[in-house]
Amino acid sequence: MNRTRTLRVDRIACTGEGLCAELLPELIGLDEWGYPIVRDRTVPERLRGHARRAVAACPRLALHTDA
Amino acid sequence: MTSATITGFRLPPAPDAPRLLAGWYATGRPASLSDHLRHYGPSPVSRTIGTRAAMPLPDALETAGLTGRGGAGFPTARKLRTVADGRRRAVVVVNAMESEPASRKDEFLLAVAPHLVLGGAVLAALAVGADTVHVCLPRTRSAQYQQLSAALAERRRARVDAVRLRLHGLPHTYVSSESTSLVRWLDGGPARPRGGPPRIEERGIDRRPTLLHNAETLAHVALVARYGPAWFRQAGTTEEPGTALLTVSGAVGVPGVLEVPLGTPLTTVLDLAGGPTEPLQAVLTGGFAGAWLGAARLHTPLSRRDLAPLGASPGAGVLVALPHSACGLAETARILAYLAAHSARQCGPCHFGLPAVAADFAALAAGRADRVLLDRLRRRTALLPDRGACRHPDGAARLAASALDAFADDVTRHLDDGACPAAHRPPRLAVPPATPPETWR
Repeated sequence: MNRTRTLRVDRIACTGEGLCAELLPELIGLDEWGYPIVRDRTVPERLRGHARRAVAACPRLALHTDA
Repeated sequence: MTSATITGFRLPPAPDAPRLLAGWYATGRPASLSDHLRHYGPSPVSRTIGTRAAMPLPDALETAGLTGRGGAGFPTARKLRTVADGRRRAVVVVNAMESEPASRKDEFLLAVAPHLVLGGAVLAALAVGADTVHVCLPRTRSAQYQQLSAALAERRRARVDAVRLRLHGLPHTYVSSESTSLVRWLDGGPARPRGGPPRIEERGIDRRPTLLHNAETLAHVALVARYGPAWFRQAGTTEEPGTALLTVSGAVGVPGVLEVPLGTPLTTVLDLAGGPTEPLQAVLTGGFAGAWLGAARLHTPLSRRDLAPLGASPGAGVLVALPHSACGLAETARILAYLAAHSARQCGPCHFGLPAVAADFAALAAGRADRVLLDRLRRRTALLPDRGACRHPDGAARLAASALDAFADDVTRHLDDGACPAAHRPPRLAVPPATPPETWR
């Protein structure tokens, strides 16, 4: 069970709170208005936990990981 | 699902003749249902499989190689199959929203050959087991709404359709023609993109599998069902067969809607539209969400394969010829302002990024930009694609980037010497006012 996980942002739900970039700076940055820039959709094994926390922390439930 | 199969193919017309517009060229008037039936014969549907030339519609469309004519160019057969595979009863939507301001092809086609489009939609509905066809028009085209109401009444009286057809008038905004906008509106919501997943082919209107096609695409479906895939492939290129409707405008002698085989060189298309009325510096291809091609590239064939390396595509079949006497940067700035005003304001990157790009571009066009601003414009443009629920920001980014490339010399001049004289002349392209839509419902 080592399926690749990929990040997906629900762009309509996202209001640019920015927690995802704080919790997962390796993969997510912010643009000048505070909206996420996903640098790499693929979540490496070592960042799985961080990705899970970022998904859980989003107050808009706008960050998802797809298997 | 239903076993609707198309019957043996009819004797086809000559391959080089116009197809969708054949009736129009023959009679010069809009085709009534009886005109249509006289020209094309009855709908080629039969529920008996096994006739010699019979073939399920998705197979015929796949062999024909028909792709969507609304802009995205998705294989028509693949959509049909996905929808037909759904568990719930399917719905069909005819997208005649034509939100590209420089496009008139769907309006023209529906005006001259409404029953070709409606008949194609009904064939597609039978093929995917749908019971309803929703025909979506912009509310602003009230004459067309009346005409199509009459056409639908004609079909009801003649009892030619086994499915229900319903006509709708939607708000006419740039993004209201997006497939998920139509689904949202038909479900009682605003005509703004919903995004995905799930895709509407899996879960669309009323959570039912939804087959949504551009009006022109469905007219091609009607012809493939009658004359067969081999006939369809006699026009166009091997990879991109068939004809396409184009709206040619700008500095050409006879602006209007044309039907040409895919793969026709852009220069030939311009000549068919009366030829350039002045020396051209560029052509806008695809639409407002399209790309500028400099005059040196006008020998390029009009096909996805040939245009893709240049960052362009046939899109919705739009070609706008820009003369040397115009300022490409000023024209682009006006289009970007319009696209920014028509953002659905749902996704941050589009809501904030698009007006910022439009403002930077306006400063460049007005000769008020320096190299720092140009760098910012490039950076902001690069951050638009792939960050929205729909492709609206992607299209605006493509336009902006292509303008910086096609009008590179002008960019330098505007930076160094201020706006060119042409930037102060009246604009050449017809761009609607950059005001936000009044309603989404």
